[in-house]
Formats: sequence, C-alpha cells, structure tokens
Amino acid sequence: MVEFTLPKNSRVTVGKTWPKPDGAKNIRKIRIYRYDPDSGANPRVDTYFIDTDNCGPMVLDALIKIKNEIDPTLTFRRSCREGICGSCAMNIDGINTLACIYGMDEIKGDIRIYPLPHMPVVKDLVPDLTNFYAQHASIMPLLETKTARPEKEWRQSIEDRKKLDGLYECVMCASCSTSCPSYWWNSDRYLGPAALLHAYRWIIDSRDEATGERLDDLEDPFKLYRCHTIMNCTRTCPKGLNPAKAIGEIKKMLAERQM
Amino acid sequence: MSYKTDYKRVLGLGSAHSGTEHWISQRLTAIGLIFLGPAFIIPFMQALGTSREAVLAVYANPFNALVAIGFFIVMFRHLRLGVQVVVEDYVHGERVRQISLITNALFWRGLAVTAVYAVAKLALGA
Repeated sequence: MVEFTLPKNSRVTVGKTWPKPDGAKNIRKIRIYRYDPDSGANPRVDTYFIDTDNCGPMVLDALIKIKNEIDPTLTFRRSCREGICGSCAMNIDGINTLACIYGMDEIKGDIRIYPLPHMPVVKDLVPDLTNFYAQHASIMPLLETKTARPEKEWRQSIEDRKKLDGLYECVMCASCSTSCPSYWWNSDRYLGPAALLHAYRWIIDSRDEATGERLDDLEDPFKLYRCHTIMNCTRTCPKGLNPAKAIGEIKKMLAERQM
Repeated sequence: MSYKTDYKRVLGLGSAHSGTEHWISQRLTAIGLIFLGPAFIIPFMQALGTSREAVLAVYANPFNALVAIGFFIVMFRHLRLGVQVVVEDYVHGERVRQISLITNALFWRGLAVTAVYAVAKLALGA
C-alpha cells in the first residue's frame, strides 16, 4: 500500500544554525534540507542567514553564496544559471522550480529549500534521476521514419512546426513529474508528465512516421492512464509549459483511433 | 540483487495495449449519470416511504422501470471503473492488487445484477 509517513531513516531533524553575517542590514533566513549518506544520520534542516545587499537576486545566487562563503559542504546541481539546462530544479517555498530563475523576492518569510519530492536523495539537494531519464529514453525521443531519407532535410510547414511550440522548450528538469502524486505512488510504471510531454512532442511531429507505434507503446493502464488530470505538473512547470494538456491530447488520439 | 539496466527496468513487460476503453467508458458513464441520476431519483423519492401498492404503481410505469434499470447498470459500471482506478493507484503488492481488481470486477457486477432483478420484480408486480 501507499505509505503516508516517511520511513524512520528519512525523518527530518533540526540541524545546525549558522551565524548571521556581521553588519548586514537586510538579512534573509534560508532553511535547507541536508542529507549525507556517508554519515548514516537522518536528514536535517540547516539554517543559514545571508546579506541580500551583498547577493544576487535569485535563490541559486543565495545557494552559491552559501557554498562559497559559509558552508562548502552544501551540495546541489547547477550549470547555466538562466533556466535552460534544468539542473537546479528543487523544491523552493513548497513548489518545484528552478533555483536560477526563482527570485528571493517572490518568497515571503523564510526561504525553505528541499530536494525534488519523492525521489531518492543522493546528497543534500541532489536527487537520483536515473529512473526519470530512463523513462524519457523509453519513449524514443528521436525522429522515426520509414520513407527513404531525403537528399536534404525532412521538410516541415510553418503550421506544423507551430504544433511543437510549448513542447520542445521542455528542459527535463523533472519539476513536473516529481510534483505529480500519481508519479509519487507509481513512478516504477507510470511514465510521468515530462516523459509523456516528450512522447506527445514526437507523436505530433509532422515528420515522424511512427505515430501508431508510439501510441501503441503508451496505451497502458500504468504508463499513461495513471494521469488523472491533477494538473500539479502544469502548475509547477518553471518554463510555463502544459504537460497535462499534452497528456490529454494523447488520450484523445487513443480514443479517436477506436471510434 | 539485479544487474538489469535502468532502461530494461523501465520497459518492464511492455505495454498492455489497453486502458483506452476504460477511459472512454468512465467518461461516457459519467455523462449518462447526469441524465439518469435525476430521472431515477425523482420517482424513487416519490415512492420512498409510501405503501407497497404505491411503489408497485410507480415502477409499473415502464419508463420509470427502464430508467431505474439503466441507472443501476450505468452507475455500478461507473463505480467499478472508479474503484479500479483507486486500486491501481494505491494497492501496490502485485498479488494483493490482482485479487483486489478481480474482486472489484465481480462485486459491482453482482450488485448490478441484483438491482436489475429487484427492479424487474417490482415492475412486473411479482
């Protein structure tokens, strides 16, 4: 059955409170989930204080400042710092988003930072996304064609290209999938909103010739139909995309070919 | 211990190639209940608490009897499909889930047959 409480070794305890910076006028309190698998200890929440007059505006700026100046053991993923690589996805102030494009001024009170929910934690804010990436690979995220390869490129009209807008922008940050209760309970079999959005991106691509096979592969009570239109995915997507609509379109196509 | 790759684990046993019929049926039965629900409830409330003869008179009307039978068939089908979703979502042990799904499939169908028999008995005044 579904577990509604955390296992004993996952219960979060109170961690260390680091000193406030000297002479700072504008201080923000930041509470960060910490977990070190080597220590054998339960996860804890450490409290840090930063001087916002001496720090960039985004949550990622604060994390980098903490790592550089306060606590070098703090572990998190980051790369592009402009919302295009999807590395710094984490749960900030209760929603899954990218730390690099989420402003500290959008948060009232303490800034609470946790790893993406319901994923195995590698360390601190770094979740294990192995299963998530394998699910993406399983939907064949590449152009499948049977017609002989054209001499130049596969052509696509402007109208058909427009159908990929709102889909191709996905950066695979996993914010949507890890916000989905269905994914929490059944991530071993349910593909989740991110993989399904990518599946739809290839189904709807006018150049792809494996539409039927793609739909065949998705037609499954668990792979696709665990989606109950809860809409957390759409609500949380830091890129403003709509995975729930993409999944709805797949369901409509499956219904269409039966009727 | 298993050296299966992550990709192999995700592929599992492949697609069941089903679920669409369930999805369509759940929506169609929901729409059906919007009409059948009130059409069943209104004569039912009129008959409720009255004498046996009055109840028999209500269901001697073929419209009322057919609506009641339609309501029970559609409602129990909708219920079966809905509970199936709950089981698939929340019951995780493979054997327990399979037993729950089979029980679910039989239980609501049993109730539907019983309800249809009851209405038919009233309608035919037996």
